[in-house]
Order: sequence, then C-alpha cells, then structure tokens
Amino acid sequence: MVDVPYDRIAGIPPAEAPDVELYHPKSWLTRYVFSQDAKVIAIQYSLTASAIGLVALVLSWLMRLQLGFPGTFSFIDANQYLQFITMHGMIMVIYLLTALFLGGFGNYLIPLMVGARDMVFPYVNMLSYWIYLLAVLVLASTFFVPGGPTGAGWTLYPPQAILSGTPGQDWGIVLMLSSLILFIIGFTMGGLNYVVTVLQARTRGMTLMRLPLTVWGIFTATVMALLAFPALFVGSVMMLLDRLLGTSFFMPSLVEMGQLSKYGGGSPLLFQHLFWFFGHPEVYIVALPAFGIVSDLISTHARKNIFGYRMMVWAIVAIGALSFVVWAHHMYVSGMYPYFGYFFATTTLIIAIPTALKVYNWVLTLWRGNIHLTPPMLFALGFIVTFVNGGLTGLFLGNVVVDVPLSDTMFVVAHFHMVMGVAPIMVVLGAIYHWYPKVTGRMLNDVLGKFHFWVTFLGAYLIFFPMHYLGLLGVPRRYFELGEAAFIPPSAHSLNEFITVVALTVGFAQMVFLFNLAWSLFEGAPSGGNPWRATTLEWQTPETPPGHGNWGKELPIVYRWAYDYSVPGAAEDFIPQNQPPTTGAVQGATP
Amino acid sequence: MAVALLLLLVAIGSVLFHLYSPWWWTPIATNWSYIDQTINITFWITGFVFTAVVAFMAYCVFRFHHREGRQADYNPENKKLEWWLSVGTGVGVAAMLAPGLVVWHQFVTVPADATEIEVMGQQWQWSFRLPGKDGRLGTSDVRNINPDNPMGLNRDDPHGQDDVVVENGDLHLPIGKPVKVLLRSVDVLHDFYVPEFRAKMDMVPGMVTYFWIRPIRTGTFDVLCAELCGAAHYQMRAKVIIEEESDYHAWLDQQKTFAELSGPTAVVRATYQSGGK
Repeated sequence: MVDVPYDRIAGIPPAEAPDVELYHPKSWLTRYVFSQDAKVIAIQYSLTASAIGLVALVLSWLMRLQLGFPGTFSFIDANQYLQFITMHGMIMVIYLLTALFLGGFGNYLIPLMVGARDMVFPYVNMLSYWIYLLAVLVLASTFFVPGGPTGAGWTLYPPQAILSGTPGQDWGIVLMLSSLILFIIGFTMGGLNYVVTVLQARTRGMTLMRLPLTVWGIFTATVMALLAFPALFVGSVMMLLDRLLGTSFFMPSLVEMGQLSKYGGGSPLLFQHLFWFFGHPEVYIVALPAFGIVSDLISTHARKNIFGYRMMVWAIVAIGALSFVVWAHHMYVSGMYPYFGYFFATTTLIIAIPTALKVYNWVLTLWRGNIHLTPPMLFALGFIVTFVNGGLTGLFLGNVVVDVPLSDTMFVVAHFHMVMGVAPIMVVLGAIYHWYPKVTGRMLNDVLGKFHFWVTFLGAYLIFFPMHYLGLLGVPRRYFELGEAAFIPPSAHSLNEFITVVALTVGFAQMVFLFNLAWSLFEGAPSGGNPWRATTLEWQTPETPPGHGNWGKELPIVYRWAYDYSVPGAAEDFIPQNQPPTTGAVQGATP
Repeated sequence: MAVALLLLLVAIGSVLFHLYSPWWWTPIATNWSYIDQTINITFWITGFVFTAVVAFMAYCVFRFHHREGRQADYNPENKKLEWWLSVGTGVGVAAMLAPGLVVWHQFVTVPADATEIEVMGQQWQWSFRLPGKDGRLGTSDVRNINPDNPMGLNRDDPHGQDDVVVENGDLHLPIGKPVKVLLRSVDVLHDFYVPEFRAKMDMVPGMVTYFWIRPIRTGTFDVLCAELCGAAHYQMRAKVIIEEESDYHAWLDQQKTFAELSGPTAVVRATYQSGGK
C-alpha cells in the first residue's frame, strides 16, 4: 500500500455568513416538547420510532409462533396473520428504519458533525416530527378500528388491497394510505432541512470532502428519499381515490366475490411501478446511512483512517444514482413487459460493484488497524457479515432468470431480512452504543452490550441463513399454513420450529438492551466529552450532552478530514478535525 | 481469540450447512434445468466471496486486535488495489449475469410449436382451459362471467366451443410437448406456482401473462398460489398431472367442452354461427 504524500493544510476561508440567531426556548414546553432543537427532535424521533418498532417486534413473534407451531395458537387466524405481516413490514421499513436513520440519527448528527448550531429551518424541523407522530398514531389506530389493519402485505398491491377478500378493507387500508401520505409530508419537511443544512451550514473549513461518511450517507439517502417518496405519495393518493371515490387508476374490469365490479380500465402494474420506483431506492435510503455510520464506527474503533475515503464517497453517490434505475427487478414475475428483464438485471448487477467496493474498504480498514473490540466495533463486524451475506443473495434475485423460481418464496424473505433488516439494525445498535455517551454523558454497560451483541448477531444469523434453504425448496412466503404439499418434507416444519425458538430468544435479548439503556442513564459510568477518542466534531463540543446551539460562543473551525487516526509522529492516536496545524509538526493527509 | 474464532465459525458453518442441507430444490420436471445451473454458478461465486471476506475479517481481528503499544498503519488509499478489486468484482458479476441473460432469452422466447393452454385464477381456486380439436382457444372477457360460464368465454366465438373447461379440478399435460401457459385472473393478482416447474408468473386481472415449459417427467405436482391474494391465499391449491401422451388423450376425451357445458341451445347457436363446421 502506498502512502499518499502529506499535504499542507489549505488556508481556512473567512465565514461567508454571520453566525445564525437561534430561537431560544422560554418554557419547559418549548424546550422539551415543542422543541426546535434538532437534538431534542432527534430523541423524539428515536423514541417514537423505537416504540412503534417494538410493536412490530411483537408482531414478528406472533407470526413466528404461527409459522413454527401452526394450529397451536387459536387466537391467530389467517386474517390476523396477514395483518401481522403487513404491519410488521410497513412499520419496520418506513416508520422505524427510515424515521430512525434520517429523523433520529440525521437530526442529532448532521448539525454536530458539520459544525452547525442547529438545522437551518428549526421550526419546520419541529413540524416534521409532529406530523411524523401523527402518521404513527394514525397507523397504530388501525389496530382498533372495525376490521382491523390492512392485510394486503406491505406492498399493498391492488386490486387485492382494496377488495373485500382482504382483511382491513374497510378502514385499515384507508388509514394506512392516509398515514403514508402524512409520513411523506412530515419527512419532506425534515428532509429539506437535512439537505440544506449539509449544503449551507457547514462550519468554516468543513469542505464536502472533509465530511464524515456518516453525513455523506445520511445526506445522499435524504436526497434520494426526497426524489423517491413522491412516487409512493402519488400511488397512495390514487389508491385512496380508487377505494373511496371509485376511480380506476389501478383497477381493471374484475369480478369481486362473484359480482362484476364497477371498476374498469385501470392497471394493477402501474401501482407496482410507482411502488417500486419508491421501494427500491427505499432500500438504499435505509442502507446508505448505515454504510456511512458503520464506516465511522470501524474507523474510530480500529484507530485507523477509513480506507479509500474518496472511493467511499463516490460509491455512496453512485449507489444512490443507480438505485433509481433498478426498481423493476422486484417485478420480474409480475407480468410486465418481459424484455425489461435484460435491462433491469444488468443495472441491478452493476450496482453490486460499488457496493462490493465499500465492503472491501471496510475490511481493508481493519487490516493493520488497532482493533478495539468494543460493542460498536462488534456490531460493525456483525453488520459486515450479515450485509455481505444478504447482498450476495441479492445477486440471485437480481439476476432475472434466477429470480423466477425464487421469487415469492422464503428465499426472498430471508434475503431482505438479512440485508435490510438485520444488517441496518446491527448498525443502529452499534451506533447507539457509540453515541449514547454523547447524548447522555454516560457509558452503556460493556458486559451487557457484548452479551446483547452475540445473542442478536448469532441468533439473527441462525434465523435467516437457514431460511434461504426453505425458499430454495420452494416454500412460498405469506402463507398462514403450509398445509399438505408433497414437496415439503417434515424436516421443513422442524426447521420452522427451530427458527421460531431462536427468533423469540433474540427478541427477548432486546429487553437486556432496553434495560441497559434505562439503567445506564442513571448508573452508567460518566463518559466525559470524547470517550472513544474520536476525531469528528460532535465529540469536540464544549459540553456533553451538547447545549443549545452546540458550540458555545465560537463555532469550531475545521482543518483536516475526519479520519486522522494513528498519524505517524502525532502525540496521540487521533487528531480532532478542529485541531489547528502546528508548525513543524507532522500533519495528517487531506486527500 | 474468541471473536475471530466465532467469525470463522460463521463462515465455515455456512459452507457446511450449504453442503449438507437436507433442504434443497425439488427434482425438476421441466426443461428449465438451465435455471438450476445458473443458480449453481451463482452459489459458487457468491459462496467464495462470502467465505473470503469473512475469513479475511476474522484474520484481521485475530492479528490486529488491540494490544498495549500497537499502532495502526496510516494509509488513506491505494488506487491500484481499489481498481483491481473493482475489476475483479466486475468479472465475477459478468460471470453470473451473462448466463442469466442467455437463459432469460430462452425463457421469453416461446417455441413456435408450443400448445397454448390457459390457467385462470380467482379467489381462491384454479380453472384450466385446453384447446379442443381446432387447437385454438376461444376469446374470453371478464364481463361474460356468470355461474354457467365461470371462465367468461365468449359464446359467439366458434373457437371457444370445443375448448375443454376444467373448473376447480386438476390440470393434465402430456410429457415432452412444449406448452405456452396463458395466465389470466378475474379478480386480484395470483401466481401459478409449481415448484418443480421452476417457471412461474403472476396473473394480473385485465392482462394475459404467460410462461412456457416442456415437461420432462411424469408425475403429480402441487399447484400453489405464489402471489398474496387475500384471506385464503394459502388454501388455493390444485394438482397438475404430467403423463404419457396416450393417458393424456384418454383423460382429455372424458372432459366436457364449453359447448357441452353450456347446454344444447348454445351448441345449436354455435353450429349456426360457424356455418355448420
């Protein structure tokens, strides 16, 4: 490996705009409830997302109970099973992961990491959270309305989603679509904030190529979300009109329960294109923040600069762009124009190249590092294993003809849980262990953290790795019961029992984590301002947790990139981004 | 070093599981063994990459974990290495994509001598239609559906009169003959799924979709629905029986045609309209 020659630190330009005037809360209510401080909003987002995420976790237990021990639990019927899978999927993808990565981590980390006092539009930022909360409440209310939540599957494919053969056809689907519309409105307010803050409110010296990869990941994901969510918005509005006003955007002439319906002339495939035009970028909207965050976790805890920073940035941007031209790989067996298959298989497999590059760079960062096996590092390692596994099975499903036998089987379920369930959640958990000291001023318990990691990582792997082979066998997904089928041997049922037992174990292990979060808030060891000896700006705040306005009187000035770890000749094994160069001393590179 | 060992165990365990898994694809019953071969190629390439990456990680953790006095290297990037890795990945991707696209081309190119048959899905049962002596299927429309005409055939279409209609029964197919399976739904999405066929396709109301197969062995196979279609999705079953040509014709002769099912008036009218042929 060749060392890049050290560069002189470029001169720091004077600030172009004066320091912003912040809104100062005057009461408890405006400080903690209707707060305009991004850090408070971040915690509000995170707590709300976690709360609804716990609901989704419980739903997954219920559906695993049914799959593992069919016929045992009389309180789960076929309709409820479909409602569980639908709500589990929708909550996890949108209301938990998207909200947590962008609304939670985005709000907390962007202003701190770019050296801003707050988001650029604090009031809109506050509205963003309250609309998100409303969306969550509307979604949760479907559990209590007549007919219950929709059971159309999280993809909400029409005509099924709005016809009477599907549970939740009365209220469930209407509220689900309304909730999505609200979510998108709320997200757009937050998303514009994150983008403008990154582009306009970076502190002096913080060039784009000095941004930590966390910010690059969240920034790119937000830009993508702003472009992708409108497709879902349009799809939701149209389906709502089909359901409530009897229009036929997605509804052809069809027979509903033996009667010719009033619909006619619409196209079910149109919805699928709109849904996946949103849905595929959505995968990367969750993945890119995870990519960014995990890069910083690995670098910090291996005490080594991230390998190939510029390539990492370009890979994030390339993946973001490419992810808009691969959506129909979710539709290979949908009955769409068959010749689309060539195009979408090619683009899908091309996206593997920048993605693989990121994986190489993560493991090459470990090479000749000084690896501290802290909980954040362990979760980062767990992420790499599960992400590589799930990413590689994506090469099966993306390769059009290979997808034909595997689509709609448990192989798909195993694949997307590994790659966009387990892997990003590994990052979320690692990131919480990493940044909890900054948010609370206290460390999380290390022993509990390691226990939590091993049970979660090994357990999740044992759940989803064997599940691929059920799919290879041909076991279809979204089945309440497998019933009689000659090709399914008894051993497949045993495997389902095993998966259920492990899933419940992993689920309960999360209670250890919740306990750790609560206990450490009061009893955890005081962390000080920079317990991991990290370089990025959020660890250099004058107060921990950071106060309103983040930086005290003076904004920090940035002199170097985010990865000056173990610089040869430096006094310590890290140099904070805001540490000025001293004449004569060895400086880190600024590639 | 426990962490490194456990990581290595995950890699080795995955490979062993793959090799000894009792859960593997069903014995194939059609010409699509090319699909199985493409999956095998993909398993080889991805399996190698997975094992290599995880083993490398395990080695790094073993060799470079924190000890007193260790200092990490400082090497921001290595252009040459990154380009080589990109090119290598590109070659691997091409090795999977190329056979995949070739087989896809076969998949979407229906042989000219394929017999057209029709599968219709509705909540929650299957119906089948086979062409009669004229070798052609008659037209249909969802608006024609009524209890006497469950598949919505066009009563005025002479080609439809001799079509064999199997409502809520089993499908029989002769071995060795290519079949183009036309797929139709009258209500919501369904998917005609026979694991042993490998081929499958969604059925979309308002459209006719298709796939083609050439059965290569006799047997009775389960038909499942693979696209969520409502409350009884999991109970939407039928059987497809692949048999020797003589058995197939014996079965076919016992089936009722559309005209027979529609009663004598329909037969008379059809005879009149088709000029007595």
